[in-house]
Amino acid sequence: MTAAIEQLLRDAFPDVRELEVTDRTGGGDHFHVTVVSPRFNSLPLVAQHRLVYDALAAPLGDGTIHELRITTRGDT
Amino acid sequence: MSELRDRIQETIAREPVIAFVKGTHEQAYCGNSERAMQALRAVGAPFAAVDVLPDPAIRQELSALSRWPTIPQIFVRGELIGGADIVQELAASGELETTLNSKLGEGWREGEERTIALTDATPNPFRVVG
Repeated sequence: MTAAIEQLLRDAFPDVRELEVTDRTGGGDHFHVTVVSPRFNSLPLVAQHRLVYDALAAPLGDGTIHELRITTRGDT
Repeated sequence: MSELRDRIQETIAREPVIAFVKGTHEQAYCGNSERAMQALRAVGAPFAAVDVLPDPAIRQELSALSRWPTIPQIFVRGELIGGADIVQELAASGELETTLNSKLGEGWREGEERTIALTDATPNPFRVVG
């Protein structure tokens, strides 16, 4: 699942500078994603996280991701 | 627009700081809800908690309103400021206090942490108060 999430994030953020997906519990449904992208520059955190939620809407919607922690940063 | 969604909207508009959580202010049933409430406590911000667990419709209507898919959700003066990760990050960086100052003015530390029912927004005349 980690690889699938990474792919979804790469597709959504083609210019990603830094990407890390961690399976927090080893159970394959609690994840922490870190995304650094220029797309986040000057966007409020709520808007930044919304973009990540949008990218992962499918696995969040069907329950594949049970819990998601998000860290986002612009590249400036 | 459902009646429940109206009540959620009114409650968000009325409370200076409101946290939609799994559980209550005294007992969180989810680590993320606990993290968010701890972050608010860390800066000394009293908040009203709303438990989303009693009725799945609360979460559905809330997320439809806020365009935010997960719980917890924290609002200040009617505006979504984030979930657990953002609130924790803002508390750690000092930005949460800045936000509270600018949105609520100097008095935001006054008040008591509590859990409220959404039904309080529209008192039911037939409810027995005992």
